[in-house]
Amino acid sequence: MSQQTIDFTLNGVPTRVSVPVQMSALEMIRNVAGLTGTKYGCGEGECGACTILLDGVSLNSCLLFAVECDGRAVTTIEGLAADPVGLRIEKAFVDAGAVQCGFCTPGMVMQAKQLLEQNPHPSREEIQRGIEGNLCRCTGYVKIVDAIEAASKE
Amino acid sequence: MTALDNYIAPTSLEQAVEQLQELGEVTILAGGTDLMPQANAGRVKFKRTLMNIRRIPELRGIVREDGEIRIGALTTIAEIMAHPLVSEHLPLLVSTGDHFASGQIRNAATLGGNICNASPAGDTLVPLMVLGASVELASKPDDKLFRRSMPLPEFFVGPGKTRLAPAELLTAVRIPIPPKGFVARFHKFGTRPALDISAISIGVAGVLKDGKLSQVRVAFGAVAPTPVCGCATEEALEGKKLDAATIDAAAQAAQDEVHPISDVRASAWYRKEMIHNMTRRILEDVAANH
Repeated sequence: MSQQTIDFTLNGVPTRVSVPVQMSALEMIRNVAGLTGTKYGCGEGECGACTILLDGVSLNSCLLFAVECDGRAVTTIEGLAADPVGLRIEKAFVDAGAVQCGFCTPGMVMQAKQLLEQNPHPSREEIQRGIEGNLCRCTGYVKIVDAIEAASKE
Repeated sequence: MTALDNYIAPTSLEQAVEQLQELGEVTILAGGTDLMPQANAGRVKFKRTLMNIRRIPELRGIVREDGEIRIGALTTIAEIMAHPLVSEHLPLLVSTGDHFASGQIRNAATLGGNICNASPAGDTLVPLMVLGASVELASKPDDKLFRRSMPLPEFFVGPGKTRLAPAELLTAVRIPIPPKGFVARFHKFGTRPALDISAISIGVAGVLKDGKLSQVRVAFGAVAPTPVCGCATEEALEGKKLDAATIDAAAQAAQDEVHPISDVRASAWYRKEMIHNMTRRILEDVAANH
């Protein structure tokens, strides 16, 4: 199996790993870099639980080849702990009770971060459209939309 | 296990097509949003070399050249939607992008990838066909870069099959800037707005003047092994006043000329009904809003 060495920043930290060329970025983040906040849900880009930012753009890390991270900046949910927008969203999710089982939450928060960067004051409909690539099987989405709306108003 | 044992990431088009010519057995990686799940599911087998073409700047960007808009093959759906040249001249591609998968996938998926996948339900294919798009292909059979272009409908051979030669790369899509009075619609029908593979899709375009449609182009997705031209529907519309009788005739022509299959997403009967009803709805909308 062909291995490839890649250099990138992971939440701002310069990182070098060796990965099989067909490995997904998700597997690399979880099993090679050891950051397990990013979740494996469907593995097909349907659920959004694995959402990360690559050079500031949100992607499904399950659909991204790890080798494509070479030379780029990867941000995961762990990286948002040091980000003002990330902290605001986190607090809003807690306050609104937008977390039940919690499995979709990292992806929801990452996508919310992307949405608020592009559109700091979205309407509820724009929030719903913004998270259309993220599935939640617990909340019915209402409290998640409430949380993102609250985060946008702070 | 796969026989994949080599990874390359060329940084210029010349280099990429040279390596394609030399290595032969190459799987191309662009956005990866289809390649990854297809490979995981065993529907695509990696060839010996994985070539990541995302480091090739010539394959990116949107420019106006003469009377055409040229969209580089690596341009993502999100980039297309946000580009001023596209919103000015090709608003159909903005609304098409809006129905394409999800935000995360639009940020990664490329136009060239959607075309080379050649899915009969590929979201951009029907709109591109009615916009009169052609694809630009490059290879390097000897020591000179060879480019050719092909009208998009000719590019598709079957599900996942195209006329792309083994050592050839799709470099761009060219779309003529639509004339004055141009109207275009795309309708994708599925069970939910996001992340859906369409059960059917319809594109209609033409020049509307004094209530009459001309230079009509109609295309259908997910009703045949490739996206197809709605030639009989075009004929029913060409040069006609867009009134109730014309719309009836065109919707009937559309229903009669498609020959879909039944599968998990819809039965053949349902697809034909939807083609009829949605063609009618699109035409009524065009007639009412212009």
